[in-house]
Amino acid sequence: MIPAAFEYAVPRSLEDAVAVLADCEAGTAAILAGGMSLLPTMKLRLAAPALLVDIGRLRELAGISRASGRLRIGALTTHAELLAAPELAEWRVFAETAGVLGDPQVRNRGTFGGSLAQAHPAADWPAVFLALRGVACLRGSRGERSVRSEDFFTGVLTTAIAEGEILTHVTFPAGDGRSGAAYSKMRQQASGMALAGVAARITLDTAGRIEESTVGVTGIGGAPFRARSIEQRLSGLLPTPSILEESCADVPEADPTNDLHADADYRRQLLRVHATRALTRALERARSAIP
Amino acid sequence: MNISLRVNGRPVEAVVEPRLLLVHFLRERLRLTGTHIGCDTSQCGACTVHLDGRAVKSCTVLAVQADGCDITTIEGLAAEGELHPLQAAFQEQHALQCGFCTPGMIMASLELLGRAIVPDDREIRAALEGNRCRCTGYQNIVAAVRTACERS
Ligand SMILES: Cc1cc2nc3c(=O)[nH]c(=O)nc-3n(C[C@H](O)[C@H](O)[C@H](O)COP(=O)(O)OP(=O)(O)OC[C@H]3O[C@@H](n4cnc5c(N)ncnc54)[C@H](O)[C@@H]3O)c2cc1C
Ligand code: FES
Ligand code: FES
Repeated sequence: MIPAAFEYAVPRSLEDAVAVLADCEAGTAAILAGGMSLLPTMKLRLAAPALLVDIGRLRELAGISRASGRLRIGALTTHAELLAAPELAEWRVFAETAGVLGDPQVRNRGTFGGSLAQAHPAADWPAVFLALRGVACLRGSRGERSVRSEDFFTGVLTTAIAEGEILTHVTFPAGDGRSGAAYSKMRQQASGMALAGVAARITLDTAGRIEESTVGVTGIGGAPFRARSIEQRLSGLLPTPSILEESCADVPEADPTNDLHADADYRRQLLRVHATRALTRALERARSAIP
Repeated sequence: MNISLRVNGRPVEAVVEPRLLLVHFLRERLRLTGTHIGCDTSQCGACTVHLDGRAVKSCTVLAVQADGCDITTIEGLAAEGELHPLQAAFQEQHALQCGFCTPGMIMASLELLGRAIVPDDREIRAALEGNRCRCTGYQNIVAAVRTACERS
């Protein structure tokens, strides 16, 4: 399959890329990062942008660093880089998620920022972005702005990124010695995408109670979302295996899809199971993080 | 658009349309037909080549994205007619039937070679997650990759 013809621009810097995008008529250009979502879509002619702005060579947008208590992941950091990043050792959830995302060839090219921008309803990184309460940093012709993860996904395949804006990086709180996070996924057998994927983060107080938890959900239906009912139930509790399981028994904010891969009841069941597993592992990690 | 890259160590210059896929560039322009096309959905891995040392699916990379890069295809593996250890192991272990998936399997396995620790079968299978074989049932492919890793 061959994509429809398009013009191709290779900006030399982020400013250059922003300027090229600002010059385009709305809806005509697409940003190309790793191409692992965009190119398959273009090959099937489900997308036919008139201009591709290839930001894939802007190494300034790649890499992982740390500043003032936060971790910063460049949008162009690949899944493979996140799988192997020593800088992220305190958040094992990154390697765990990258390890169940796609296949090695896809991980070598696909990027963290591309996955968030694509906002596929069964993609893995959106759940982690939500659970770690990331902040997305965007750059457009009118300057920079940041969007909290809970406001980022506005629907299926849609995000708060405005026309002409580039997602430059995402920041997360660094590990604090009493938090842990984990991702648990059921793969759809044919595509490998999440039939259900849950990322959970738990922060413990000095008495070992749950000070705070956040739960990000993907694959179930609609846009990726926070399972706030679980978060609220767990707040202040001294966690035990049965408490974690009971907290996941019912998630009223989920609106499960009914399709040929799984009916809504089965998705609800997967959500319970994977939320429990993610919380259980997050708790283990939070406990082992305590010095 | 003008591109210049290295393919199997040889410098190549070409004028290409931006929409030309790397796999079509390799097969149709350079006549390197060892790289196969097995699907429309970036899933089968038959088109796997190395781009700057990493395995990629060349059906999902534009030729213009490879501008300035180093590409290795299955044709670039055998040095002076001598089979690469992976190729030799695939032959010995009977790791192919129709052979359609074989170039992609070998190019995907290449990243496993030369490590200090020989990967176990689970790791080998995980490394081949992005490659489909419709003939062998994978058993002998895994055995061949293990053999090649043990020898390298
Ligand atoms: C075979 C296969 C299996 C896969 N399996 C999985 C899986 O199991 N789980 C999973 O989560 N994903 C999976 N994916 C998708 C993969 O993770 C993609 O890499 C990712 O979704 C997109 O990243 P990219 O860099 O390739 O983006 P691209 O394809 O280049 O772009 C995707 C979209 O995001 C936009 N975009 C990209 N970067 C930016 C930016 N910095 N700022 C603004 N907009 C931007 C583009 O314009 C485009 O609309 C799979 C893909 C394939 C081909
Ligand atoms: S032809 Fe490239 S993955 Fe199938
Ligand atoms: S040997 Fe025929 S597809 Fe693998």
